[in-house]
Amino acid sequence: MADLSTARQQQVVATSPVLRQLPPASRFVLRGGPQALVAAVGALGLPRSDSPCRAVRNDGRAALWLGPDERLLLGTADAAGETESLLQRALAGMPHSLVEISHAQGAFELRGARAATILNTGCPLDLDSAAFPVDMCTRTVFAKAQIVLWRTGAETFRVETARSFAPYVTKILALAACEAMS
Amino acid sequence: MLLIDCPYCGARPELEFVYGGQAHVARPRNPAECSDEQWADFLYWRDNSRGVHAERWRHTHGCGQFFNALRDTTNDHFLATYRVGEAAPALERVARPRT
Ligand SMILES: [Zn+2]
Repeated sequence: MADLSTARQQQVVATSPVLRQLPPASRFVLRGGPQALVAAVGALGLPRSDSPCRAVRNDGRAALWLGPDERLLLGTADAAGETESLLQRALAGMPHSLVEISHAQGAFELRGARAATILNTGCPLDLDSAAFPVDMCTRTVFAKAQIVLWRTGAETFRVETARSFAPYVTKILALAACEAMS
Repeated sequence: MLLIDCPYCGARPELEFVYGGQAHVARPRNPAECSDEQWADFLYWRDNSRGVHAERWRHTHGCGQFFNALRDTTNDHFLATYRVGEAAPALERVARPRT
């Protein structure tokens, strides 16, 4: 019988090669028309892409497609100020909404051959690499929480969730990881 | 689980979506000119189709977009989904459910 105790779950998050908390990051949600989205992504040195549910990345920054008029812009924690000024300059005069949510969300990484299986305990998407390839990203649900899921590698996923949901999401992920690893 | 074809994201599980009521209900251009009956008709009266129904859905836990769908209310089969602003596809051209 697998050890599914809280202590074991905490140990999984603390030491697991499967599930780990990612360091703080800078996060911005940008909403606007195609012109604003192209200008913003260009100003951050990211390749242009309109593909639905796809992320583009370069040099520690990433832009995740969340909707036809919405991007989640990620960067390192120390890049928040720089990102804000780059974006404000690039978007001047264009209708848009730019909201910093660096501290509103937390991120976890799941890795390993069982990562998709573990995620599927709470997420109903088809996570086979044919249906959900590397750099596919989307807003979706995990159990009762809303998450942003990004496949960053063949066996690596980044899970972004509201800070208030983080303990809930981690507990279920850790429980699933305990079971998958046992 | 029922899969719904978001016109932006593709086939997604039902629980990512929220139902948005009957589609193609046009708000009167000048409400002040409406009679009470016309306004009540716009606000409250909806079709209650047995069979194909045009309705709004929102991909709330996804791309966040509203879109329209044709759904058969007798068997929950989604015949077609299409973007807001597009006309409903002709029924002969959408897939019919297996009976
Ligand atoms: Zn969608």
